[in-house]
Amino acid sequence: MVEKAAKKTKTPRVAMPEQDPQIRARNFLEVPTGYTVKMAQEEASRCLQCRKPSCVAGCPVGVDIPGFIDLIAQGDMTGAIRNLWAKNALPAVCGRVCPQESQCEGLCIVGRKGEPVAVGNLERFCADYERENGTGELPPRASSTGKKVAVVGAGPSGLTVAGDLIVKGHDVTVYEAFHKPGGVLVYGIPEFRLPKAIVAQEVNFLERQGVKVECNAVVGRTVSVDELFEQGYDAVYIGVGAGLPRFMNIPGENYVGILSANEYLTRANLMKAYKYPDVDTPIPMGKNVVVLGAGNVAMDSARTAMRLGAENVKIVYRRSREEMPARNAEIHHAEEEGIELFLLTNPTKYLGNESGRLTGMVCLRMELGEPDDSGRRRPVAIEGSEFEIECDLCIVAVGSGANPLLTSETPDMELNRWGNVVTNEATGKTTKKGVWAGGDIVTGAATVILAMGAGREAADSIHDYLELGW
Amino acid sequence: MFKIVRREEMADGTVILNEIEAPLIAKKALPGQFVILKVNEDGERIPLTMAETDPEKGTVTIIYMVVGKSTALFKELQVGDGFQDVIGPLGKATHLEKVGKVICVGGGTGVAVLHPITRGLKDVGNDVTCIIGARNKDLLIIEDLMKSASHDLRVCTDDGSYGHHGFVTDVMKEVLDGGDIKLVVAIGPVPMMKAVSNITKEYNVETLVSLNPIMVDGTGMCGGCRVTVGGETKFACVDGPEFDGHKVDYDELMLRLNAYREEEQKSHDHYCNLRKAK
Repeated sequence: MVEKAAKKTKTPRVAMPEQDPQIRARNFLEVPTGYTVKMAQEEASRCLQCRKPSCVAGCPVGVDIPGFIDLIAQGDMTGAIRNLWAKNALPAVCGRVCPQESQCEGLCIVGRKGEPVAVGNLERFCADYERENGTGELPPRASSTGKKVAVVGAGPSGLTVAGDLIVKGHDVTVYEAFHKPGGVLVYGIPEFRLPKAIVAQEVNFLERQGVKVECNAVVGRTVSVDELFEQGYDAVYIGVGAGLPRFMNIPGENYVGILSANEYLTRANLMKAYKYPDVDTPIPMGKNVVVLGAGNVAMDSARTAMRLGAENVKIVYRRSREEMPARNAEIHHAEEEGIELFLLTNPTKYLGNESGRLTGMVCLRMELGEPDDSGRRRPVAIEGSEFEIECDLCIVAVGSGANPLLTSETPDMELNRWGNVVTNEATGKTTKKGVWAGGDIVTGAATVILAMGAGREAADSIHDYLELGW
Repeated sequence: MFKIVRREEMADGTVILNEIEAPLIAKKALPGQFVILKVNEDGERIPLTMAETDPEKGTVTIIYMVVGKSTALFKELQVGDGFQDVIGPLGKATHLEKVGKVICVGGGTGVAVLHPITRGLKDVGNDVTCIIGARNKDLLIIEDLMKSASHDLRVCTDDGSYGHHGFVTDVMKEVLDGGDIKLVVAIGPVPMMKAVSNITKEYNVETLVSLNPIMVDGTGMCGGCRVTVGGETKFACVDGPEFDGHKVDYDELMLRLNAYREEEQKSHDHYCNLRKAK
């Protein structure tokens, strides 16, 4: 056994084939192209099948990782996808966008001495295999309870709640403010990282199970939370996301050519503006593009700008590489595609011309000082280090706050001082009876999988409530 | 689909009225609020302030000028056709309060937006003088509706083909000189709102304007509709669309409205060529 384990740690991880950086930097097709059955089985055979799997402990939704991987190794792809569905309503999404390196794969025993098992790639393989070759069977559903649940927001947490509660026999309707369901999966994450057809398929899978999706419904405007109860819902889950873009608050921020990442990505992804003028929504085509911020959203923005034909794209970030919040894989992909990093650089004002269009920005060079509240070393400006960067498009990706549209219309639900909904951490219960919340509206901008984890916990709690009471 | 139940052409076919079935929105909408409309799968999300709502019938009415490809596609829709998506009601409603004498000033299709606000101000007991204008008689819209929505309607045309020969601001000055005006509401092209606000500032009369900047989601998520009001950045979609007319940076607003001018021109030309080819 020991010998076998040692051998597995030495076997290299099966790399997922990717489009060549030079080519993909100018198209919107998905970057990694997926495992073949042979690759998947080879990779699956690297799993040690630990008795106490630490990978599972690292998964916010508790996927039975060794279980589904073992089924792949045995060639039982149907069994593998069923196993995944038991814990994860959106495996095709999670296999692509979860930060596995800091979750399941980060805790993988094989990874201690070698490369961890490619859990994310295998999860993606399973979901893709089912989509392309599966029988279209649905998970078993409990008999109807007659209880009605309204889910507000068709993003990752709302869809998870819907998927969990529909199989438990409840009647579920998801309300979405946009004209398409998916939330950040459709407006935020670009096509080349998460093809929109896959999101549509995951939503369709829920609809086939009986989940109703009402688009164009802005809860807080079209209908209020209290009106949902009046309409006969027994419970409401709020998963509306962060949805309030932060700007730098420096002079010149309203010049034409400065967009929030939310706007830029929504135009590109949800509105498919990269196909303009075949579609009707335009998007600014920058030649010299600057992206402010260094999270995953910043990487997505920079890589989108490159694909839209930019001559150069710079990421401007006030801290150093070590503090960049983006996943390593995303930073690596961005750099491969020719995106430059301007680290320890902070803009102080935008420059524009007489037509109000952006022409550049003034930046200061920074150095790292003492650690700040976040535990990261505080960037301090170097006096007299001002320099100019020429740019005609700037995408501001410095985070999102809590959008007050729904919460301001729901006064009896407690918020914290940043406007996020206050919930019981274990259950997702808000201070308003019959109302749960989860995802970015509770935590502030975080990841897809954390929002899904919150959705899973809330769904369990909602189910208990519907069966047993508040 | 959101079906069109009534359609009218105005101003030589350059302005279109659509009454649309949207019962949930009609039930909730208040004067001053807007909807976002998307014509089909590939359509752009276009914000338009509602000109009228009928909660009983379950309809909302929009009146828009045909200016680019998106509105040209809207124009093609006939009674029985529909918009793929209509979202709303969005934005803050007008604060309707009895203050006394009020002037409502409208230009172009801004008159349509002004209509429910004028009616609302009259309904709460204000003495409402309404001044509407257009370049010429043919371009004037909903005169009868505005007459019934106000106590006194004054009409202006730039070329003198109907009513007062001149700008709405000339007539507004006369009414302001009559004294005791407590509030001015001005809705129309940005230069008009700017001119009105400059004058009412001299008279020290509170002024409301309704802005229609470029936006995507209409729920505060994208920040594309940023306007500077009193030196602060506001989002027109959630903080507005109405603002204190004396504090709006109109010059910046005009520049921002032109952000996609070149792209839009290309797209519209492309569309017109395709139509010709058919």
